[in-house]
Amino acid sequence: MIPINPRGTWTLFLREIRRFLKVKMQTIITPALTAILYLMIFRYAMGERQVPGLEIDYFTFLVPGLAMMAMMQNAFANTSSSMIMGKVMGMHIYLLMAPLSAIEVVFAFLAAAVVRAVVVATVFLTVLIPFVDLSLLHPGVILLYGISGSIIMGGLGLISGMWAKDFDNVAMITNFVIMPLTFLSGVFYSVKQLPEIWQQVNTFNPFFYLTDGFRFGFLGLGDTDPFASISIVLGSVIITILACWSLWYNGWRMKE
Amino acid sequence: MHALEIHGLGKTYNNGKTALQDVNLTVPQGSFFALLGPNGAGKSTMINVLADTVRPTAGNVSLFGRDLFNDRAWCKKRMGVVPQEIAFDPFFTPREVLRFTSGLFGCKPDEAWIDELFERLELTEHSKKNTRQLSGGMRRRLLVAQALVHRPELVILDEPTAGVDVELRRRLWDFMRELNNKGITILLTTHYLDEAEELCDQVAIIDQGNLLTAQPMQQLMQSVASSYLWLNYAKPVTLNETDKLALATYEPRSSEEGLCLKLGRLDDGNSTFHQAYEAAVARFGPPVDAGVRSEDLEDVFLRLTARHGAKA
Repeated sequence: MIPINPRGTWTLFLREIRRFLKVKMQTIITPALTAILYLMIFRYAMGERQVPGLEIDYFTFLVPGLAMMAMMQNAFANTSSSMIMGKVMGMHIYLLMAPLSAIEVVFAFLAAAVVRAVVVATVFLTVLIPFVDLSLLHPGVILLYGISGSIIMGGLGLISGMWAKDFDNVAMITNFVIMPLTFLSGVFYSVKQLPEIWQQVNTFNPFFYLTDGFRFGFLGLGDTDPFASISIVLGSVIITILACWSLWYNGWRMKE
Repeated sequence: MHALEIHGLGKTYNNGKTALQDVNLTVPQGSFFALLGPNGAGKSTMINVLADTVRPTAGNVSLFGRDLFNDRAWCKKRMGVVPQEIAFDPFFTPREVLRFTSGLFGCKPDEAWIDELFERLELTEHSKKNTRQLSGGMRRRLLVAQALVHRPELVILDEPTAGVDVELRRRLWDFMRELNNKGITILLTTHYLDEAEELCDQVAIIDQGNLLTAQPMQQLMQSVASSYLWLNYAKPVTLNETDKLALATYEPRSSEEGLCLKLGRLDDGNSTFHQAYEAAVARFGPPVDAGVRSEDLEDVFLRLTARHGAKA
């Protein structure tokens, strides 16, 4: 029988939420403000220009993409920073010593990452409500893509934190893997604007489907059919969870 | 039932270093057990295997009759470990840390017990500070509180008093003794051997990954520890061949102030004190002063580990 520790799982989930709320200026306000600054810069740089092929102004086009980018980056940051800080400070042993199964640990970490991502996106969108005409055309699609993206990125953050030996390792993954992939996921442009070769390259970026699907939920338009991409997204979620579970179960880079 | 049974435990790290070799050890339930050894002997590796932070390469362990490796969650709930390295969560206060630790072990935080832990470990006035504001000694005491907060039946203390001042150490041991009197099994590693001798009723000595001995403290001291008769002649005693032959039973050694004779036991269990004293007086006359000194755990420990080191 698989032992279950619901109180332990809940406690770990709460601890992770309390942890990022303790430094909310850094974990909530700053990411939301950064996304708003991007939006202002593009607003003034692009003016009233329309996105080619999509018949929508850049400002409205950018808002859901930036919200998704903030969600993905913050989900990643939440798990990776918690894990590496735990390792550096020696606190990770309390997770290893606790009677928690691998799936309980993974669930608590990913759920907290989703909460942080949702909070950041909510703050960002709430500030922008007076300035942009956004409607929730497909709330189910928004939820599906938003939560899936957060789980995938939270999972990648967890794996990165387990792999890393110090903060520099995590910064390396953040700056050389996560940032480029999120920036090149169609947040700032429609792939239809790109040369055909780059359109093909973009189809191999999993974050592209997340951003595009999330945007479709708000605007009802995008570069791909979000309903056709659901299998890719859900497949990525399952693979991420299984990878996290397997690595934690085997104590990868956590136990000697 | 034993609190802990270890059979054939081995650990070789990826770099090829063998930290534990075929260790067999039994910790009786309710005992206050000292696990001693020099630095790098394998004590912490053994504790880390029990705590599930290090994977063993051989052997099996049972805790209160349940297999540790197959029944992890059950065993972990009954075990509290104070790690050797100070670890602290810089985001929270000690009270929050204890609430979280309690929850992680599946227990509803017991505020009365948390208050008592703070009081006994003298952390009450620091319970609402951030852990970053605590001194090293306070952080170590917080680790002890974390190990106890879920009321484990086996408490493992890996050098819990390093950096803790004498007075607080004394109070910590009083607290541990109280817990032990209530039936909690305590496994302790420490370099303060006098404290281990005073506190523990069982002892195991490990060196270079090998278990050298494991037995009740009293039995070890009776069987291994020796007593010496010191005779003060206020001047060095020169032992000639005849003296050495006459006192050979007592392994005589001359010292700057006189003579030292090793005491043994007669068939009836009594000490050879009188025989040794009279033999010395017969050869050198009455001393100006005399006394008996028994080896303590530190002497026994040094003798056993030195012997093992020489063999290795």
